[in-house]
Parts: sequence; structure tokens; C-alpha cells
Amino acid sequence: MSTDTNLAPAMPPGEQARIPLSQRLAGLGGNARQYGIFAALVAIVILFQGLTDGRLLKPDNVVSLFQQNAYVMVLAIGMVMVIVAGHIDLSVGSVVAFVGGVVAVTITDWGLPWWVAVLIGVALGAVVGAWQGFWIAYIGIPAFIVTLAGMLIFRGLALVVVSQTIRVNDDSFNSIVSGSLPNFLGFSGDMDVVTLVIGALAFAAFAFSQFRARVQLRKHDLHVEAVGLFVAKLVGIALALGFLSVLLSLSAGGMPIILVIVGVLIVAYTFLMGRTVFGRHIYAVGGNRPAASLSGVRTKRVDFMIFVNIGALAGVAAIITTARGGAAVAAAGQSFELDAIAACFIGGAAVTGGIGRISGAIVGALIMGVLNMGLSIMSVDPSWQQAIKGLVLLFAVAFDLINKRRAGTSG
Amino acid sequence: MDTTATPDYILEMRGITKRFPGVLALSDVNLSVRRGEIHAICGENGAGKSTLMKVLSGVYPHGSYEGDIVFEGRTAEFRSTRDSEHVGIVIIHQELALSPFLSIAENIFLGNERAARGVIDWNHTNSEAAKLLARVGLDERPDTKIIDIGVGKQQLVEIAKALSKEVKLLILDEPTAALNDEDSAHLLGLISGLREQGITSIIISHKLNEIESIADTTTIIRDGQTIETLDMRADGVTEERIIRGMVGRSLDNRFPEHTPTIGDEVLRIEDWTVHHPLDQARKVVDGASLNVRRGEIVGIAGLMGAGRTELAMSLFGRSYGSHISGRVYKDGKEIHPTNVGAAIDAGLAYATEDRKHYGLNLIATIRDNISGAAIHKVSKRGVIDRNEELKVAERFRKDLGIRTPTVEALVGKLSGGNQQKVVLSKWIFSDPDVLILDEPTRGIDVGAKYEIYTIINRLADAGKGVIVISSELPELLGICDRIYTLSQGRITGEVAREEATQERLMHYMTMEKDVTRR
Repeated sequence: MSTDTNLAPAMPPGEQARIPLSQRLAGLGGNARQYGIFAALVAIVILFQGLTDGRLLKPDNVVSLFQQNAYVMVLAIGMVMVIVAGHIDLSVGSVVAFVGGVVAVTITDWGLPWWVAVLIGVALGAVVGAWQGFWIAYIGIPAFIVTLAGMLIFRGLALVVVSQTIRVNDDSFNSIVSGSLPNFLGFSGDMDVVTLVIGALAFAAFAFSQFRARVQLRKHDLHVEAVGLFVAKLVGIALALGFLSVLLSLSAGGMPIILVIVGVLIVAYTFLMGRTVFGRHIYAVGGNRPAASLSGVRTKRVDFMIFVNIGALAGVAAIITTARGGAAVAAAGQSFELDAIAACFIGGAAVTGGIGRISGAIVGALIMGVLNMGLSIMSVDPSWQQAIKGLVLLFAVAFDLINKRRAGTSG
Repeated sequence: MDTTATPDYILEMRGITKRFPGVLALSDVNLSVRRGEIHAICGENGAGKSTLMKVLSGVYPHGSYEGDIVFEGRTAEFRSTRDSEHVGIVIIHQELALSPFLSIAENIFLGNERAARGVIDWNHTNSEAAKLLARVGLDERPDTKIIDIGVGKQQLVEIAKALSKEVKLLILDEPTAALNDEDSAHLLGLISGLREQGITSIIISHKLNEIESIADTTTIIRDGQTIETLDMRADGVTEERIIRGMVGRSLDNRFPEHTPTIGDEVLRIEDWTVHHPLDQARKVVDGASLNVRRGEIVGIAGLMGAGRTELAMSLFGRSYGSHISGRVYKDGKEIHPTNVGAAIDAGLAYATEDRKHYGLNLIATIRDNISGAAIHKVSKRGVIDRNEELKVAERFRKDLGIRTPTVEALVGKLSGGNQQKVVLSKWIFSDPDVLILDEPTRGIDVGAKYEIYTIINRLADAGKGVIVISSELPELLGICDRIYTLSQGRITGEVAREEATQERLMHYMTMEKDVTRR
């Protein structure tokens, strides 16, 4: 019960920060919500840092935060694309169990090298996605039903493949999650230099892309953020990345491999959604399907491809889950679909489609992850953890809706 | 009961005035309906007929309009359609309000169930429904589902539903617009039959021959005002007489001056026939042939349900209809635009009449929408060049005068006129040779209309062929070089600008199939 009372007054600081911010940034369209969700994440981190007496941000805890939540982030990337297009995917948890089972079989029973198993896992996920995409896009069955069926089908197949737990004793494979980048640059004090260099490069890349975007906007006499805000944003990101890099560099292993993998996926998919024709078509289909169709967008193909994509990403999540446990079990991936869906909606995706961002879904996943870890460190009963996560989802979406209504963008 | 005031009239609407923000929809309208007659209301699209009926049936509640409604000698103050139904006024809308997966009987008694303490008495329901179906001459079992019967029969179910409410005044809004000839004839016969049973009807229709054959009185409404009431049984009231009443208004300079430079033929369609997507026996477009030359603005005039939008959409990558046949020639060569992508590639563009539902992504930016139909022009190998995309959006913002602080604003926040400019930008950017503009000025204020006309003229001057579909005859007369008229899916006339008058167009637009064949 104490967590309830602790949480209740704790949410508002983060939430209140969103109101004036989003009003001030009203001209920026979707950006304001993005800042709001980042602010909420920071607030929750600070809150739990206090509540856990500083244990939340211990370097090794931060590493395991990413290791534990990598699968949600990967699934949320796929899920936000599905949700933006106006669909839903309930099957990813079962697909994770099924593909995970097959991956374990290829390594343990067939003795194939780990990287072949990884390729098979991703490809099998894509095939599963193509199966579901076919029924959704070309036969026209609602995604809710097709993936509900998929949830049953692939859970059943997982039980067939994994009749009993299959151990995976391949260190290379398991280090996908547990391993860290080799430290070939030595240490600076206690800090792993490789991690610091990656952090610095990430910031440089971010700053460069921001500057470039700003210069382009200027060139076309377009509205740009106030200089102060822009600088504040860069400083904020620099602090956050710097802080994170230092924490990670102080951990036992340094830079976790899984974070690199997830980071690459985030960057790639952010590019896909924001900068490519395919990404644009996903937003167009979700925003107004008939209008997209009358503009020459092949809406069925878009639907098909996003399901192939989330299938492949479920394959990746299956590899992560199997590697993390060092074994495949038939019950793997239980309720993963709900974690991914919750992450998307906390991250500002619209239930009706057309709105949602990769970055939002990732932050949504991190908010859930931090809640999980913080509450676990505080040894809150897992049953209460569930309930609290449910409330956070409800409040986050309600807050978004009320905010939007106040701004007069909806209805 | 006080029936002394005007026993002759079942309904009198006196001095009805209805305002919407910025629009005077009805201005001092008077309507008197005699007991037991069939009273027709005629007027162009947007004249105010439907608004008047919504005032009468309580859709617009008492207090939201000025004037009096006197029904059966008593002043009526309806707050909702429930109130008007209570006294016996039932309106049957053009879009039928039946629940498709419920049975005929369930629909008839929907909201008015035959029930005892909340439990439905099915025997009572079905036997009463059967009696009502016999009265309207519908030979279907009461437990048949609505989805399993055709539109014509559904219309009869609506009437049965009205009869179940002990209707005294039945209002039918375009009852035959969606029906084939046989169903129309049956329905009109039924309405005449109801007159014998003492039920008064108001019928709104564009089909003047139907009105001529069954109406006792016709009231003409134009620009929200009552123009005249004609006694149809008197001599000399012909379709022409009604048309004159409907259109009689002069053109002022609401249109920019334009001298066309007309070049070679850019598009020709021959014998274009389109069937209804569900009712495949029904021809929505029937053997239409037309052509457009470069630099020419060609109008398509037709009343609601004539098949204008269906013609355009079926042409544009078969976005509508089934069993489409006919030939399309672009610059003299036959093309086969079987999907929207192919139509765009072939140089066609279609700006829909319904911007919000079919034209724009309202929750995306102006930039997104403008590049939406030709994103490949600002992208290389699937990657969008945002710099280039911005330049394009900015160019159109300035060129077409889209009033917005930034092209990054959401389209949903723009006014109707500015949204329409975004639609036009999107299609102009796709660089078509032929633009089909469906109701390009619907829901747009007068100033913005002028701007849209100017843009249309510029497009023609740039050597494109422009087809304008419009319900507003003055608009077609004001901007088009040539006008085709469409009636019941057929091209019934082709009129050059110099020879076009509203009367002439309306004559062709109301021409029935039989007349065409003669």
C-alpha cells in the first residue's frame, strides 16, 4: 500500500511539467508531446532514484535495466508502426516463444553455429509476419482477429517445439544479451573508455543532425525553435547521454552489446519512419486510409509489409529472450504483446492510428522498465507492480487526451 | 380540439428563418400543406430544402430558428424528432436509417418495441409487422434481415416503420434517388395509395417528371427563400415552368475573367459504363462519352445521384464501381488506368468532393499532404529529401496563397478554403495533364471561391485539361468553356459556353431515360 501513496503525489511533478511545456511549444505539432514524455521519464527516474536510496542508478542496475527491457523496446518499434497504420498485433508474445524454441533447437539439437540460428530466427519471424499480413492485407480480416488467432496458433506451436526446456549452452549466443563490448581502449580511472567514446559519438551525431535540420529550416524561412530552447535541448541531451555513458562505463562489463543492437535499431527505424517513402506511407494509411488510397498509396502492400516487419522484430526479440535465459521455454514471451502495446500508448501513439513515433515508444518502454526495476528494488509485491503499471498506462493516455482536448486539436 | 384556425391545412410553416454561423440558410420561408395531398418541394442542391425539413421534424429544435410551425391547428414546438414523431410527423431520410443486421420486424419497431415490461413480445411484433408489410406491398417475411433485401425494399420498410408510428404527415427526402425504374414506380404508387388512406406526404425530389405525375402542389425554394407555390392540377404547369422557378437568378462577377487557349484533345472516354459495386444489375454510369482538350475547362452538371462522382472515380484508377467497361484515350492513345497509381502515372488527377474523408490526412502537416500523391518526386531510392519537400510545400504555400503560419501546421486546423488549396497543391504537384475537380468550392466562402477559380484558370492556361464537377450551375456557367449534363448515368447534353443557360442545363439534367431514347 505504501507504494500507492508514494506514487500518487509523485506522478504530478512529471505530468505538470508537460502542461506549460506543451502549451509553449504548441506551434511545433507533435514535438511538444515528445518533450513531455521525455520529461515524464526523467521525473520517474529521479523519483525512484530517491525512493530506492540511489540504488536504481547503480551502474550494474542500469545495465540490467537495458538487458531486461531490450525485448520490449524491440517489440515496441514494430508495434508502433503497426499502431500508426491503424492495426494491432496481439501475437508477438507467442511468436517470441515459437521462434525462440526453433532458435534453441537449431543450436542445441542441430548444432548449427549461433549466427545461423540468429538468421533463421529473424527469417522465421518474418515468415510468421507474412502469414499474418496476408490475412490482414489481402483477405481483409481485422488485425485484432488475425493476431488473436496467431496468439493461439504460435503458442500452440511453441508447445510442440519446446515440449521441455531446451538449454542453449553457446556462450557467443548468450553474450548477445549478457556480453559487453571488448575494452580495447583501456580505462580512464574506473571508466571504460570504449563506452565513453560511443557516448560522445552518439551525442555528436545527434547534435549534427539537429544543427543540420535547423539550418535547413532557416534556409526556407521556416519557424525554428527559440535559440534558448534549442541550446537547452542540446545541453539536456548532452547531460543525459554523458550521465548514461559514465554510468555504463563504471559497470562491470562496460558497454552492453544489447544496447548497441537496440540503439542501431532505434536509429534505423527512426530514419525509416521519418525519412523514407515507406514510413510516410504508413502515416498516410493510418491518418486517412481512403485518402491515401486515392493518392496512389498501395495500402494493402503497406499493411502486409508492416506485419512482415513486426514478425522479423519478434524474431529478434525471441533471440534476445532465449539468449537472456540461456534456454527456450514454451511459456516464454507471456504478455510481451501487452508490454509493447502499453509502451506505444504511453509514448503518445494514437489508438485511431496516424500518430506515433519510434522515440515515443522507446521512452514508453523505458518508463515501464524503470517502474519495474524501481518497484522490484523496493521489493514491492509483483501483484502490486502489475496494478501500478496498469494505472500508469491509464493515466498517461488520459493525460494525453485531456491535454489534446484542451489544445483543441481533437474533435 | 381547436381546429378552427385553418382546417384546410394540416401544416403551416410561417416565416421560418434559420441561421448557421455566417450563413443564412433559410430566410422567411412559408410552406402550407393541405390535408391529404402530396406536396412536392423543389430546388437546386443547397437551396435549403433539407434544412427546412430538419426544422420541421425537430432535428433543429424549437428556439434554434425563427418563425412558427402550426401542425393540425396547433403551434408546435418540437425539441427533437421524438416530439415530431409523437404528433405524427415522420421523415424518411435519403440515407436510410435501418440497422442492417436486424430483421425487418425489429427495424419497424425499433425504439417503439412491442414489449411488456421490457420483454419483447415476438408474436405480436411479427404479426403486426406482417400487416404493415402487406400495407406497403412488400412480399418479405418479417424476420428477413435488412441486409438481405435491396434498397427499394428497404425504402418500403422505412415507410412501414412510419406507418407503425401512426404517421399523419410523411416526409420523403429524395425517395427514388437510389432506386431503379421499377422500384421507383412501385414506391410512387404506394405514396399515391397512402393519399387515399388520408396520409399527407411531402416529397423532396429532383426528378421533375415524378413530381409532375404525382404531386398535387409544388413549392419551389431557392437560396433559402420560398419562390412560389404551384397548383399542379392547374393547366400549364410543366417541368419547364418548375425549372424556371428553380434557377431564376442572374450571374454577377463572382468569376474571374478568362480567355481560354484551347489546344489538342488530351482526354477522351468512350462508352464508359459502370455498375453499382453491390447492386451489379444497376448501371450508375451508362455509356458515357466525353472529351477534354488542353487549356479547356469542361463542366459536368448533374443532380444528386446522377453519377457524376461515380464517373470520375471509376475513371480514376477504378476507385469506384464494378464491371467497368469503355475506353479511355490520353493524347490519342488508349490507356488502361486500372489502379490509382496507374491513373496518376497516366497523368490523371482527381480531387474528391469530400476533402475530409477522401482527400486529406487531417492529422498530418501541410507539407506531408502536398507531397502525398507524388512523393517519388522528392525522394531518391525511397529516401525523402526533406529539404526538397519543404521547398515544394513552401512554393505552393506562396503560389496558391495557403494562409498558414507554417507548412508544418496540421491540415485539420486550416479553413475549408485553405484545405482545398492544399488538395489542389497536392494534385498540381503530381503534374497531371488532366485534373478532375469534384465540387471544388463546396463549403468554401465566396472570397476563397474566387481564388480557387483563379487557380483553375491558371491550370487551364498551363495547358492542362480541367474537368469541373459541380452542383452549382452558376459556377459551371461562370468558369467552364463547355458543359456536359449527366442524368441517371447518361450524358444527356453537351452545351458550349455561349449557348449555356441554367434553364437549358436544368432541362438536360432532368431528362429521363425514356426521353433520351426518343
